[in-house]
Amino acid sequence: MAREIPYIAAVNEAIAQEMARDDTVLFYGQDVAPSDEDPLVQSFGRDRVRVSPISETAEIGMAVGLALAGYRPIVELLMAEFMLVAMNQVTNEAPRLRYMSGGQVKVPLVLKAGYGFTAGWAGQHTGSIYTMFAGIPGLKVVLPSTPADAKGLMASAVRDDNPVVYLMHYLLVLEHGDVPEGEHLVPIGEAAVRRPGNDVTIVATGWTVGKALEAAEALAAEGVDAEVIDPRSLQPLDMPAILTSVEKTGHLVLADQATRHASAASIIAAEVAEHGFGSLKAPIKLVTALDATIPYSEPMEAFVLPDEHKIAGAVREVLGTASAVA
Amino acid sequence: MAAQRLDAGTARDLLATMWRIRRFEERMATLHQRLLVHGLIHLSIGSEGVAAGVCRQLRDDDEIYSGHRAHGHVLAKGAPMDRVMAELMGRSAGLCQGLGGSMHLVDVEHGVMGATGVVGGNLPMAAGGALAAKIRGGDQVTVVFFGDGAVQAGHFAETVNLAALWELPLILVCENNGMAEFTTRAEHTTVDSVCDVVAPYGFERQVVEGADVPKIWRAFNGYLEKARTGTGPFLLECKTHRRRGHYEGDPLASRNALNDAEWAKLDPIAQLEALATKRGWIEEESAQELTAAADAEVDRAIAFGRASEPLTPAEASQLVYARP
Repeated sequence: MAREIPYIAAVNEAIAQEMARDDTVLFYGQDVAPSDEDPLVQSFGRDRVRVSPISETAEIGMAVGLALAGYRPIVELLMAEFMLVAMNQVTNEAPRLRYMSGGQVKVPLVLKAGYGFTAGWAGQHTGSIYTMFAGIPGLKVVLPSTPADAKGLMASAVRDDNPVVYLMHYLLVLEHGDVPEGEHLVPIGEAAVRRPGNDVTIVATGWTVGKALEAAEALAAEGVDAEVIDPRSLQPLDMPAILTSVEKTGHLVLADQATRHASAASIIAAEVAEHGFGSLKAPIKLVTALDATIPYSEPMEAFVLPDEHKIAGAVREVLGTASAVA
Repeated sequence: MAAQRLDAGTARDLLATMWRIRRFEERMATLHQRLLVHGLIHLSIGSEGVAAGVCRQLRDDDEIYSGHRAHGHVLAKGAPMDRVMAELMGRSAGLCQGLGGSMHLVDVEHGVMGATGVVGGNLPMAAGGALAAKIRGGDQVTVVFFGDGAVQAGHFAETVNLAALWELPLILVCENNGMAEFTTRAEHTTVDSVCDVVAPYGFERQVVEGADVPKIWRAFNGYLEKARTGTGPFLLECKTHRRRGHYEGDPLASRNALNDAEWAKLDPIAQLEALATKRGWIEEESAQELTAAADAEVDRAIAFGRASEPLTPAEASQLVYARP
């Protein structure tokens, strides 16, 4: 039975359900359960639910050690940028140990952080920095865009035997949506077609999925039938789903909240250029954040970000219909 | 519970272990010069007493974490020498199928959980191992080896704070050789000893001479007994001498050169042999037997490594991700 709950509640539900299902799942981090009245502490005790000091390197490094010793830690990191002070553990220890040990160990852990909070949180709490992680062999990176995926991808991340960077979008946490009760797993590495269409493929992640759907509605009024694909994870990246769609539509627009040269869009564009060039009837168009630090000022913030109008404009360009509606 | 004292059997075991490490590493230097082992190699000649005095008291299920200078720790903890040799030769019969090499030796079967090439990166991982033991509630202990160069890095401060806050059964073993990579301790910090750095936390700690193997053994034994009750942390700081350069091929290696008499005072093997002979724990012939046995084991290990092929790309590509 599905019922409507917010994205953030779906994330928390998955954590509680996985902790109930498996005693080896631990949850700790900054400001996690500061009171003993916290429901997670009540259910699972202080051994499994811990508050840690502001020590990202130690928090994440300990998660690696716990994982090697048979536990499945979830580390609450609050902001994706807070992982930057611990990048050795995130990118150079956790994902490399399995390979460097010749497959002797597995490192099942979840690094849970919010990202993309472009609502006046200025230059260091708003980044969409996922390609820093997605480019590292051994790591997985998931970007849920709906409440149901927020739950299902968290459950799958906890059960995965690899380190997973779980990035929840701070502009989506209060969005409501249908979420199945009980066990709900979304496979990591499978894209979702959010809207089927035949004229153009729009690939979007996280918060831009909603913007792409708004653009698709506007375009529908102009007689353009857009397909919207949400990869849901960047590592692994479901390129077959994207290539199949491009083969059908012949046109590709990539929407991404990340800055252009650190965007998932640029990676997908390269893959399609190499493996789907024959399907393309027009050049690929990227709609990303500008290569700038996210500004505090509200109009400037809007200026550097992608939105539904910029996405729709890009679609008109690749379809050669831009002048008709201008 | 008072710490135990060294006896004849233990002394012989420590000597045998140190000779195995010494001979392995001396041959490694030659193999590296002859390009039979390629890549980045760091030798621990001069600090074998720490590896032996600590690891020979541990069980297979006790975890150790090491760093870039790990051969001694790994051999002393029980990893088979032939597979360590094959790993350094990059062969599939190596501990890590030739994918890790000298700086990333892992042997889960013997509790060697991780070795990192990033100075100090192993410290928080070891704390995680100790937290796992604490949550599980057994008497397992985690030991982390690091050099004095790691102490000025942030991961050291973060790990020490959390280990003390959560009273983790973690024994920090610092090999303080006074050199951080290529430069001296005096160029890195104004604090003389690592024990002084952690003093505000108030946990048990002491400085011992790295050539005094009985003292290392005894001090570690005391910490181990306590850590087995699920508490900690502890710091054992061993003042060692790095006989060779930072890495094999280091053009500045000669700056550490000591004459034979000076080296003999800092050589843990020479020191323990002299003591063991004086106490009647070993005779002159048995000392020679130990070195001959170590040489023979190294010969066998080299033959074992040579007989193995490197992994194929198809096999290696299967190891990037764990699969269900």
